[in-house]
Amino acid sequence: MRRETIHAYLLLLPAIILLVAFTHWPAVATLIDSFYATPHGGRPPSFVGADNYQGLIDDPVFWQALVNNVWYAVATIPTSIVLALLMALAVNHALPGRAMLRMAYFLPSMLPMIAVANIWLFFYTPDYGLFDRIIALFGGGRHNWLGDTSTALPAMIVVAVWKEAGFFMIFYLAALQTMPTDLKEAAALEGSSRLNYFRRVTLPLLMPTTLFVLVNAVINAFRVIDHIIVMTRGGPDNATTLLLFYVYETGFRFWDTATAAAATVVLLTIMALAAAFQFGALGRRVHYR
Amino acid sequence: MIHRRSLLATTAGMLAMPAVLRAQTVQKLTFYYPIAVGGPLQAIMDGYCTDFQKETGIAVEPVYSGDYSQTLIKALAAIKAGTGPQFAVLLAAEMHSLQDQDILISLDDIGLDADGKKWISSFYPAFLANSHVDGKTWSVPFQRSTAIFYYNKAAFKDAGLDPDKFPATWAALAQTAEKLTKRESSGTVTRWGIKMAGDLGNAQWTFGALANQAEQKLMNEAGTEVYFNQPKTIEALSFWHGLAAQHHATPEGLSNWPQLTPDFLQGNTAIIQFTTGGLPNFRAKATFPFGVAGLAGKNSPHTVVGGGNMYFFKSASKAEQMAALRFARWISAPERAADWSIRSGYIATSPAAYETPALKDYIAKYPEANVARTFLPVATGELSVHENQRVYKVLTDNIQACLNGTKTPAKAMADAQTETDRILKPYRRA
Repeated sequence: MRRETIHAYLLLLPAIILLVAFTHWPAVATLIDSFYATPHGGRPPSFVGADNYQGLIDDPVFWQALVNNVWYAVATIPTSIVLALLMALAVNHALPGRAMLRMAYFLPSMLPMIAVANIWLFFYTPDYGLFDRIIALFGGGRHNWLGDTSTALPAMIVVAVWKEAGFFMIFYLAALQTMPTDLKEAAALEGSSRLNYFRRVTLPLLMPTTLFVLVNAVINAFRVIDHIIVMTRGGPDNATTLLLFYVYETGFRFWDTATAAAATVVLLTIMALAAAFQFGALGRRVHYR
Repeated sequence: MIHRRSLLATTAGMLAMPAVLRAQTVQKLTFYYPIAVGGPLQAIMDGYCTDFQKETGIAVEPVYSGDYSQTLIKALAAIKAGTGPQFAVLLAAEMHSLQDQDILISLDDIGLDADGKKWISSFYPAFLANSHVDGKTWSVPFQRSTAIFYYNKAAFKDAGLDPDKFPATWAALAQTAEKLTKRESSGTVTRWGIKMAGDLGNAQWTFGALANQAEQKLMNEAGTEVYFNQPKTIEALSFWHGLAAQHHATPEGLSNWPQLTPDFLQGNTAIIQFTTGGLPNFRAKATFPFGVAGLAGKNSPHTVVGGGNMYFFKSASKAEQMAALRFARWISAPERAADWSIRSGYIATSPAAYETPALKDYIAKYPEANVARTFLPVATGELSVHENQRVYKVLTDNIQACLNGTKTPAKAMADAQTETDRILKPYRRA
């Protein structure tokens, strides 16, 4: 082997060890565990084949969690990305109080999710919470935002979008700031409209950022459940149960670690497919300068 | 000191000399205690541990480990990893699911002589309702409560009701709650009559009280059978559902536990069903006169107990288990139970504690602190079965579906029964 190759691997070694120990090995171990029954007491776990997966298929709560998570992802991902882009465009121009505005947009991202959830818990409080008070000004009645099966999941989606849009805005803003101004001048000389310029120049140049933001948004849609734990605990009647919350409950509340492992494998598979699609299909279309 | 001597005598009587010597060589015990770090409870617990060490030379280190479910998760994880605590305060109702994990040792197996048995029988029977299985005692009552009503006396006056007379039956309670509900001409409610928690982790407690009020047991002592689809259980859920659907005295859908305190303090709700542990907080923060009353019942008042017991773990050495049991006996002595009750708001665990001068004085000063105790004779144990958390979830999902109007009470309870039967099936083969 060439010296450089050995050097390269030596340099990569610490990162590889950490990744294998804390990411890859646990994933493989989870896959193996998902084919064994939950151990009880001192007895060693027995091999049960696909029984745990069959259990998942038979569990209506699992399906509801899956469907909820799909809706949650479909609603949060595009909304937070579009909102982030709009906010970035808004604060990219010179306008008075720009620094304040940027900070205001970014503020939600700086707060821990637990704090965000507690703030929104107040917003959503029936009768005297922020939203119900505003609605009361216009003559509206009471809303049990988190206690009603029809509004609980949308309420969670709004919190997630509010929290994430500001974070993604920062990436768009950074990309917009580095965009060369001569492109704009050239477009102006050609007599291109602002909308046309945005569609033909700005948007394509933002594609690498969009891909990065998209990857993050997809991961977060399946990974962040802090607000669920604080605000609804998956209720009412599983209306806000997401996949990871299902895994947590099954694993650490019911101590059914085998089913939790199987559900984790399903979650990992979804994430892997999403990643493959993003880097494979979308990645090739992205223009890197 | 008497306790120390009696326990040493116990030990000597029970076991051969080498075991006694080992018991005395225990230097340090660790136990998990469910409170978030900080706050007055921690200071009190630290004080007890220091006192215990002064008397016995055994250092007891409490690990403050979050709420009940976090404590359970941490204790189980630590025991599985081989570094667990010797004992822990966990929900009394978790007994059967802790046995599923095969980590507990009963008090009888650690060693109880006649004196020890007398100590066990000194507790209120209601607090031991979740401690017995297979003829053995598996936990020691420690921080115990019951569900009670807090009610806003000013709201009672405002509604033309006598604030010193609280309803004792369901019919009267519903009527009172209806009168307490205040609507503007537009239909907007400015004050709700009553609220009870229906969120996960609390719904089964609220419901346990309601079922007892209909005089229906929810499970057998072995924790292998539930009685969700019994007519009286369905009646209990119908009453809860009816408070919103027929009486319009509580909001449609769910009311959540964390919301009850601000709702009550804001005057948004006139009556809340809550724990005795809320008393010090309400006394400090309420800006209106409030009362404490026992829960009503279909025909007469009934309630449910709650709170945490001390459990002992198999993984500890015999000497450590004995030392842990000694600590449990020490801390549940009448004077200490009285002190704990006064400072924490929990109910003292034995009648003897209520005979101590300290608690007698306190109750003379704050009679509301005594209300919960007087309802102990009509209190039942919490819903406690194998796979407890899973059954709680099934029951809660169905209660929530009913309160949200997607299932009738009968359908919700039938579904809960079917699903729970499926979960408990493996435990019935004994």
